[in-house]
Amino acid sequence: MKLRRIKAMAVKEILQIWRDPRSLMIALLLPFTQMFLFGYGVNLDLKHIPICTFDREGSQLSQDLFKHFEASQYFAIAHNVQSYAALKAAIDKADCSLGVVVPPDFSERLNDAHAASVQAILDASDDNSANIAFGYASAVVSGYSNDIQLSQIDRQGRTLAQIQPMVVQSRVWFNEDLESRNFIIPGLIAVIMALVGAQLTSLTISREWERGTMELLISTPVQPGEVMFGKLIPYLALSWLDAAFCLVIAAFWFGVPYRGTVIALFLTTTLFLFVVLSIGYLLSVLIRSQVGASQIALVVTMMPTVLLSGYIFPIDQMPAFIQDITYLMYSRYYVTILKSLFLKGTGIVDLSAPILFLLAYAFAVVVLAARAFHKRLA
Amino acid sequence: MTDVAAAPQIVVENLGKRFGRFVAVDGVSFRVGRGEIMGFLGPNGAGKSTIIRILCGLLRPSAGRALVAGVDVTKDPERVRERIGYMSQKFSLYRDLSVEENLKFFGGIYRVPRAELAERMRFAIDMAGLGGREKALVSTLAGGWQQRLALGCAVLHRPPILFLDEPTSGVEPTSRRRFWDLIHTLAADGVTVLVSTHYMDEAEYCHRAALINQGRLVAIGSPDELKRTALGGELLLLECANLGPTLAALQQAPGVLDCSVFGNALHVLVADADNALRELPAFLERQGLFPSRLERIRPSLEDVFVRLIAVDTARRRAAA
Repeated sequence: MKLRRIKAMAVKEILQIWRDPRSLMIALLLPFTQMFLFGYGVNLDLKHIPICTFDREGSQLSQDLFKHFEASQYFAIAHNVQSYAALKAAIDKADCSLGVVVPPDFSERLNDAHAASVQAILDASDDNSANIAFGYASAVVSGYSNDIQLSQIDRQGRTLAQIQPMVVQSRVWFNEDLESRNFIIPGLIAVIMALVGAQLTSLTISREWERGTMELLISTPVQPGEVMFGKLIPYLALSWLDAAFCLVIAAFWFGVPYRGTVIALFLTTTLFLFVVLSIGYLLSVLIRSQVGASQIALVVTMMPTVLLSGYIFPIDQMPAFIQDITYLMYSRYYVTILKSLFLKGTGIVDLSAPILFLLAYAFAVVVLAARAFHKRLA
Repeated sequence: MTDVAAAPQIVVENLGKRFGRFVAVDGVSFRVGRGEIMGFLGPNGAGKSTIIRILCGLLRPSAGRALVAGVDVTKDPERVRERIGYMSQKFSLYRDLSVEENLKFFGGIYRVPRAELAERMRFAIDMAGLGGREKALVSTLAGGWQQRLALGCAVLHRPPILFLDEPTSGVEPTSRRRFWDLIHTLAADGVTVLVSTHYMDEAEYCHRAALINQGRLVAIGSPDELKRTALGGELLLLECANLGPTLAALQQAPGVLDCSVFGNALHVLVADADNALRELPAFLERQGLFPSRLERIRPSLEDVFVRLIAVDTARRRAAA
């Protein structure tokens, strides 16, 4: 391999990128729009769930309970209704996703038997949100129930410790505020880099075939490896820039804490970029059409990265055979690395397993891509 | 100037190429000497481009062997590629790069010594007549200029052998003329040139021309040789008032091998010109036809090629 030829290829490629609005758009605009779209659009936190109250008693205690709902950041009272029919209508119209019904004998039963019940009616068409809303609602009710108990214990002149022998003291690590954004955005960077990296290189070889420049190029003494590195280097530089954009947006705009070292991030990102850039290049060599190669690149990079990398959907909860498939997914390792670097600040040594996997993967794809290119027309 | 035997730069022996069941090249053999301009002529799809692509190492031959600069193109295509310059049929420089950027790119790919590169680029730009347009994007240049730049890129690394595949197609006549002057200048410096064209008249510019039809070599020789021998007869020019009936009558006439319309006259191929000049007027008169002019002419290469291709195609059809 000759440096002179690699340099000539790289310079030519840079000039072409600079003069081709399509490549530049993919390279510069896509990461921004994706970062903001997904950064804001994908949010698993439920807050201010609209609820509908149906107070069949109208007592001091029932109003107190609703005040507890109102005070919680998870709920917002959207409607007060006076009949089951109205409640049903509100849920049907999706004005609220939770109805809270206080029975007519609420205060009475609370004072006599200490066993009053509150009815929750949930819109479970989105079962996940319904489950979460129910959990929050139970917490609000049991919180209120605790308050009542406390005041009764107080009146009897005892303390809480005497009746509650065990209390859980929880401490949340790594994502202290339990913000889903902190968990999603590091993985999102992997999704965007997979998308952009493979898209860019999927166009390079197919463009030469489509424009007829390949015939002359392969009549020269240029070597397949020189073509590949000459083409990958400019795109690697461009992708580094993109990765830097994404990281800056993640850390400074979205405020995701970054606790790892910059060098670890740089090394692992470079490995990942080698994988995705080479995949795009390989497809471009095999398919020889810009549209075809970029479509396939989308299917083999972004889609599995979204679905199988653990970016949002936890791998432990997938069926066993799909879990096995995820081990073949290069982005799984990079998502693991990114989440660890951002939230835990794990060092390179503790990340050696996913790094080695990525390294092996990068090596394999680069070799495959280099060998796939033949200097023949047919 | 052309010494084929002493220094054959291109040796092709029994070359064959099939694409599936289609035979594109069939048993072609020829040699080209140093400094020689060999023209490839023939109709579209005759196999000219396929042979050139095999010689550049872009296609693998199905049969036979080809040596370029003494190197077997199948065994060591990379060594061949260092010694050749190639202009493909379809324009294949980078249109989104400027004149200078294209030249720099190929200079880098061929590793033209840096000390020489500026001078070589100057040479290519002057040769292509592109002085002052170094910064222009190639896409903004007219066809003739693009082709000359492509030639400039092909000779930048001083290859001893040039393959030019229809370099003048789609180029206006004055530009074509100028292009051939460039080819002659290069050949005079010892560069071996193999150039294909479908313009019959351009064969006159070649030292030797090879006529290719349906994958086979039909005739090869210098333009003079071809005109003297390849026709298999002598040529007469006949002018008359009613071309159609005369053409029909001549096809039945004794001693006439072939007859075709040429402009507003007929070219008549006869076995013996002296006999024909004596007998044809009487023959035509009996049919009520009176040629205004009948004389012996020197055949053009176009006459030769039209005749040879017609004969070859008919022979194949009969064989099949």
